[in-house]
Amino acid sequence: MSVILILILASLVVALTFLLAFIWAVRSGQFEDTCTPGMRVLGEDRRQESGLRGHPPLDERGLPGAERK
Amino acid sequence: MPGRPEDGLAGLALGLNRAADTGTERAACFHCGEPCADHSFATAAKVFCCQGCLVVHELLAESGLGQFYDLSRHPGVRIRREARREQWAYLDEPALQQRLLDFTDGKVSRVTFKIPSIHCVACVWLLENLFRLNPGVGKSQVNFPRREVALSFAREQISLSELVALLASIGYEPQLTLDELEKAKPDAGSKRRWLQVGVAGFAFGNIMLLSIPRYLGLDSFSGPMFRVLFGYLSLALAAPVVIYSASDYWRAAVLSVRQRVLTLDVPIAAGLAALYAQSAFEVVSGRGEGYLDSLAGLVFFLLCGRVFQQKTHDRLVFDRDYKCFFPLSVRRKTGSGEESVALSNLCVGDHLLLRNGELIPADGRLVSGAAVIDYSFVTGESEPVAKQAGEHLYAGGQQIGGLIEVETVKAVSQSYLTSLWNHEAFAKEREGNLNTLTNRYSRRFTRLVIGVALAAALFWMLSGEAGRGLKAFTSVLIVACPCALALAAPFALGTGQRLLARGQVFLKNALVLEQMAQVEAIVFDKTGTLTVSRAEGVTVAAGELSAPQAGWVWALARQSMHPHSARIAEWLGQSSGTRAKDGTIEPRLLTSSPTVEGFVETAGCGIEGTVQGHELRLGSRAWLEQCEVRVPELWKSDEGSAVYVAIDGKCRGAFALGNALRPEMGRLLKELGQEYEIALLSGDNERERARFRDLFGAGARLRFNQSPMEKLEFIRGLQNSGKRVMMVGDGLNDAGALKQSDVGVAVVEQVGAFSPASDVIMAAEAVPRLFALLALARRTTRIVRWGFGISALYNVVGISIAAAGVLSPLVCAVLMPLSSVSVVLFACGAVSWAAKQLRISDFGFQIPT
Repeated sequence: MSVILILILASLVVALTFLLAFIWAVRSGQFEDTCTPGMRVLGEDRRQESGLRGHPPLDERGLPGAERK
Repeated sequence: MPGRPEDGLAGLALGLNRAADTGTERAACFHCGEPCADHSFATAAKVFCCQGCLVVHELLAESGLGQFYDLSRHPGVRIRREARREQWAYLDEPALQQRLLDFTDGKVSRVTFKIPSIHCVACVWLLENLFRLNPGVGKSQVNFPRREVALSFAREQISLSELVALLASIGYEPQLTLDELEKAKPDAGSKRRWLQVGVAGFAFGNIMLLSIPRYLGLDSFSGPMFRVLFGYLSLALAAPVVIYSASDYWRAAVLSVRQRVLTLDVPIAAGLAALYAQSAFEVVSGRGEGYLDSLAGLVFFLLCGRVFQQKTHDRLVFDRDYKCFFPLSVRRKTGSGEESVALSNLCVGDHLLLRNGELIPADGRLVSGAAVIDYSFVTGESEPVAKQAGEHLYAGGQQIGGLIEVETVKAVSQSYLTSLWNHEAFAKEREGNLNTLTNRYSRRFTRLVIGVALAAALFWMLSGEAGRGLKAFTSVLIVACPCALALAAPFALGTGQRLLARGQVFLKNALVLEQMAQVEAIVFDKTGTLTVSRAEGVTVAAGELSAPQAGWVWALARQSMHPHSARIAEWLGQSSGTRAKDGTIEPRLLTSSPTVEGFVETAGCGIEGTVQGHELRLGSRAWLEQCEVRVPELWKSDEGSAVYVAIDGKCRGAFALGNALRPEMGRLLKELGQEYEIALLSGDNERERARFRDLFGAGARLRFNQSPMEKLEFIRGLQNSGKRVMMVGDGLNDAGALKQSDVGVAVVEQVGAFSPASDVIMAAEAVPRLFALLALARRTTRIVRWGFGISALYNVVGISIAAAGVLSPLVCAVLMPLSSVSVVLFACGAVSWAAKQLRISDFGFQIPT
């Protein structure tokens, strides 16, 4: 029966890991806006037009407005 | 020489009538959804209401952004204000950019704009695909609840002013207010709140798991070791909850004790402390396992309730918060001419050039020009004051007349300008409102609860059941929830206010709703309130103008803010092009405005100016004759107001501006007449007495030729006879009366106009709904009373059971936030339902522009 002791401690450790993950998520700002990501999904590009992509083109330096067709 | 009738001004009118005849139903603009007057702006299959919508549509189609229209119905935003290029020029000043930009490294800059016209999925999609409209724009991210967009852009390819101009051109003009320039930081507290909830939830769940053996009575099976172990584990898990998650309550309780004011945080903090102390004692001394599950649960539910409250509050705040109307930039005189400069960059000693209708942004001295200043925004005085050169001018006044030059003597005080609406000069004395009621009850309530808790504890301890006594003490403290009292009013009134805002009615604050519910008499102004002051009702009484001449008149009329000029300008601007014989529509003649020189507005008489070399005059007959223009006899008109047009000294024609009633006024007045005492106060003459007598009914009082002072006196008279009065007028001329009344309602054609003397600003479209609005106000206050009742009932029942020591603190922990949530849900739900029933926002969800 003493194995329950180990199991309980292990489960607490797992739970703690999840808590830490939650803390990290909050601090990295993922909970700041819980409304817009839902709306964003609705607006995804369904058409596959050549030259048009869902993201702005960036060049090697990471600046916007690079290769334009 | 204009020969055919079709060519002249009358032809424009004819064309308009023909369009109205052929299409019985007004089509909805494909872009913004507003009704189209005619089909002058159309492509192959789609109709648009104006040039602006057509242009945006073509722009989006060219850039491959047609999906915009698939995402929502009529997702576009109508551009109401024509943006002038120079308007944004000041944004390129480096000092200003530094304050506005979030980040810049010389190559890439990031900026966050607040854009109130974001209202649907399509807006989010379009703004996040902005890079397709301009290669200089990079990634953009929209925050919908905050109506913000964060953009990054390459400075070499697009400047900040061009970026703003781009946004404005598609209908998403950023709201660049003075507040924004002061860089309000995003709410840092929200992260902390999430963390507190997370920690509390984590602890709550795990402690409950550890308490399962106890719940199921498995002590003997698991042996004493586990009980001890679980006890200490629970204690350890509960520690961060008490220290971190509940920290706000400790702080608030300590603060309130120090200030000797009893708030509701005190019993909560006391309950938490008692629970933890008791549990710690029990665990350490081995007597039991304490109430740590209740403790963690209580904190968790409390924090959940707070998160919910915060979210609702945020939504309320945004809809309500549209404070800043003051022009952000003014024209400053420089050595070589003029330049546009941001208000925050003004220095003492700058010479400003203020045009007709512009607000004076800072205290100054008049240098030159004919200044006639209207201080109604500041003092509520509706009489404009003429000022001589050298006299002092105060900030907040509005120039009526031609161009003036003002030298600033004091720096711009942003807080002064933006606080005018809730300024003390406009504050009205109110007693016995719900707010003060709530406060009084809260204080008494807390004292009562602590008293009952102590009494119960004492009682049980004296009867020998100390454990039960402690249980009763903590249960009473926890189950008692005055939160419902403090929540019912704000949530019900706040929801009401938000729903009204959707219906284009804006309240100064939520308490106005309460005042509206108590109104017994309603006084109306005539011109601009009951009658329309828009393009309808403008007809050509006589004469004709050729198309180019019509364009000159339009250009001149646009310069002035006088209602007559504005109506004529709007009517001319809306008219369709002339129809050729084969039925095709010629392109609009009036898109570009020729420049007007020498514009002079003579108050009360007319306006004059030189357009493309021609001297134009627009005004009353008497004034034109004074200016030695002969007005032919057969052009006199009796009905409504007549505005005569003279070009190069010869009278060419006249406009008749009918006083058209707003739609549904008859019905509205009849409905109101049954429940309230209604009256009409008009500054106009008696000409239309019979017509209004019909509308108002026999019992109402009608007064004409009223001066602003007389209007004020009339309202005061009504108040002295014990009635609460609501005044419905137009903000500029009725400021004094609006201020005197208990509820002052300013009716505006465009929501951008601002009248600090009023409590309510109502868009003209919303006036027919006045009866429903008042009914909503009454129902809302009734709902608040019910909320009080529910809360009182809950408390009485809960406290009595808890005092008997029967209730476990865990159950109390669940009941308490449950009561708050239920009161809030009831308040919001009941008000929303009432609004739906009364069909408050029947014209759909429209964002004020």
